Amino acid sequence: EREHGPYQPHEPGYGLYQPGYSPYDDQIPDPKSRMLAIQNAKAYLLRSSTTSGLNLYDHLANMLTKILDEQPTNAVDIIENISKDVKWAQFRKKMDTLRDEHEILPTFEAAEKCKALFLNANGEGHEELEEEIGETPLPNVMETAFYFEQAGIGLSKDESYHIFLALKKLISVQPIQTCRFWGKILGLEMNYIIAEVQYPEGEEEEETEEEEVIEEGGKGMGEVEDEDEKKDKEDELPKSTYKPPPVIPKEENGTGANKYVYFVCNEPGKPWVKLPPVTPAQIVCARKIKKFFTGRLDAPVVSFPPFPGNEANYLRAQIARISAGTQVSPIGFYQFAEEEGDEEEEGGEGRDTYEENPDFQPLPVAEMVDSLSTWVHHGQSILKQGRCVWLNPFQKSEEEEEEEEEEEEEEKAEEPDELQQETGPPLLTPLSEDEGIQDIPAWTAQPSTNLIPQYAVAILQSNRWPGAYAFASGKKFDNIYFGWGHKYSPENHSPALPPPVQAEYPEGPEIAEARDPTLEEELAFKAAREEALAAAEEEEDEEDAEDDEEEEDD
Amino acid sequence: SLNCVEWSLLPPATEEMVARAEQLKGRFQGDPSFQYEYTEINAEDAERLFEDGKEPMIKEESRLVATIEQIDRAVGIIPQGAFVKTPLGSVRENRNFEGLSLTEAKKLSSYFHFTEPVNLKNKTLLEKADLDPSTDFLDSLEHDIPQGSWTVQLEKGGTVVVLRSLLWLGLTFYHVPKTKQYGYVYFGTGEKNLDLPFML
Repeated sequence: EREHGPYQPHEPGYGLYQPGYSPYDDQIPDPKSRMLAIQNAKAYLLRSSTTSGLNLYDHLANMLTKILDEQPTNAVDIIENISKDVKWAQFRKKMDTLRDEHEILPTFEAAEKCKALFLNANGEGHEELEEEIGETPLPNVMETAFYFEQAGIGLSKDESYHIFLALKKLISVQPIQTCRFWGKILGLEMNYIIAEVQYPEGEEEEETEEEEVIEEGGKGMGEVEDEDEKKDKEDELPKSTYKPPPVIPKEENGTGANKYVYFVCNEPGKPWVKLPPVTPAQIVCARKIKKFFTGRLDAPVVSFPPFPGNEANYLRAQIARISAGTQVSPIGFYQFAEEEGDEEEEGGEGRDTYEENPDFQPLPVAEMVDSLSTWVHHGQSILKQGRCVWLNPFQKSEEEEEEEEEEEEEEKAEEPDELQQETGPPLLTPLSEDEGIQDIPAWTAQPSTNLIPQYAVAILQSNRWPGAYAFASGKKFDNIYFGWGHKYSPENHSPALPPPVQAEYPEGPEIAEARDPTLEEELAFKAAREEALAAAEEEEDEEDAEDDEEEEDD
Repeated sequence: SLNCVEWSLLPPATEEMVARAEQLKGRFQGDPSFQYEYTEINAEDAERLFEDGKEPMIKEESRLVATIEQIDRAVGIIPQGAFVKTPLGSVRENRNFEGLSLTEAKKLSSYFHFTEPVNLKNKTLLEKADLDPSTDFLDSLEHDIPQGSWTVQLEKGGTVVVLRSLLWLGLTFYHVPKTKQYGYVYFGTGEKNLDLPFML
């Protein structure tokens, strides 16, 4: 119907809808009654339904609240659905309690792990107090941290203490003779905390040597097959003359580069993982690459030249290099053990054992700082070969020599010359003999404080391995490493180029390509041949002629 | 300062200083008046320098200043929301900044370089529409080249988030989530890590 404008007095219906004059006025004349009517209406709405126990009043209120809260578009079109949803929501109230439960903060989880460290100390404390008569292998990490703190190096007290407890746990689990906090290496996702450990003799676990045996066996079999093939076929494919360089065997556990065993963990509280012993090939390769550590021990190391192993091996190789280069002590602290017959061993190996000097007289700090000759390396340096003690790989395997004699066809031109014996600086050489990098000395020494010389500590920083520090104060000294695990080089790192492409087959005249003769050459050749033929024919003709003549003569 | 007691004011860095200092390699000596000589220099550069009347020597002081400027420019970072841009264009500290939440703190995109933005204009229009011009006017760390040149770690049981730069080894940024504390420090040799692409 069309809307009707305001009624004019002359139109019928005027006065019907005026306020106070509506036709229903006579039915509800008083405001009081209107209130009563409202109350009646409300009571009706509040009447609970017999089937579901809900009442319309509450339902309408909930629905309107929901609409006002959510403010959906086109609410009037979906109001039936909203009504259904509100009714349905009556039965889902229990979900609310679940949502209220607070999340477990990661801080809480981390604290749980650390709690284990603290609990152990308390639980076993009673028993150990009685047993601790002799020296404990546990190093006093807090004391070392105190001295390093004088120089501004080190971790926070919290972390040092956690590491202390973690080392204690390690010792209680493994049979360990000496233990030392080696340092911390930073990584991309997680960091490594490293402990240097020495097992007492006889308690080491023997690594399975099956791998080496399998390799040699496999190589022998491969060569036998080749010989059979040689006899069978005449046109064999050219055999590869590539012989991989001999594998340099790794050093025994307990000597040389593998003198110490290293345990790592990502954070104190996490279980300690033992790093595998290092092989010379890994050290040689680690010298050529420069990669960040990710923090996961099983991560592959993608590089060129390809690194034989995963991150655990790379980490162990870097630790070996750093230890060999930066483990120093004040002169006189260690001395060589007196053993007979050590000096004249094959190849001049030099001594590789040392022991503490009971008569050690500590030098004053000022002297320690002034000259570098008051410090000596007590870590054996690693030769180019990758070992601390040089080994001639060609002497070892006699089997290989026999096989070489059998296969005479193989060119021996690719065999490397006899390796020169490599020597490195002997143990306990003073630091003043360390060569610097260009014009920077290899070490920087300074006292921890100039203001209180009586209690100053001599601090040594390595410039070749930034992050390696050593301190000495009286009879105490220690080394530590905090850093990324890479050597310092003022030049940029340039990776090794890939080797030149190998010749696929031996070159020889039968497979050497020659240029096709050009047209002129062919014509010239043809002309020359015709001349030769003509000359031959003439001779024949002459002979024939002679024969004819002879015949005619007859 | 060499001993934390006596401090001397460093001159501000100029572009020219930065350009010259970039050619120097090797460690700092520790002596502010040490003179460096250019070791590797093209003949052209030498001529150019001589023409300008300047000597091919550079003092360690300038090198120090230039290095500080480079580090600040390249890896000086702040968390998102710590600074706001007023309608007039000036950048002020945000006093309402309450820190990032734990989930936000672990993401690289919640940290910005504290320098003139370079990549902001390269974003697509859609992304720009979502940005809030008062807080998102700087480059985020996500698009740093090479990818992965920052490490994010949670320390101390997850209460402190530490970012370390791999381009300038030794730059460490810390932030305690849900609080106003953040900052960055540099401890190191003052050399850029140019081997970064090989190391990742």
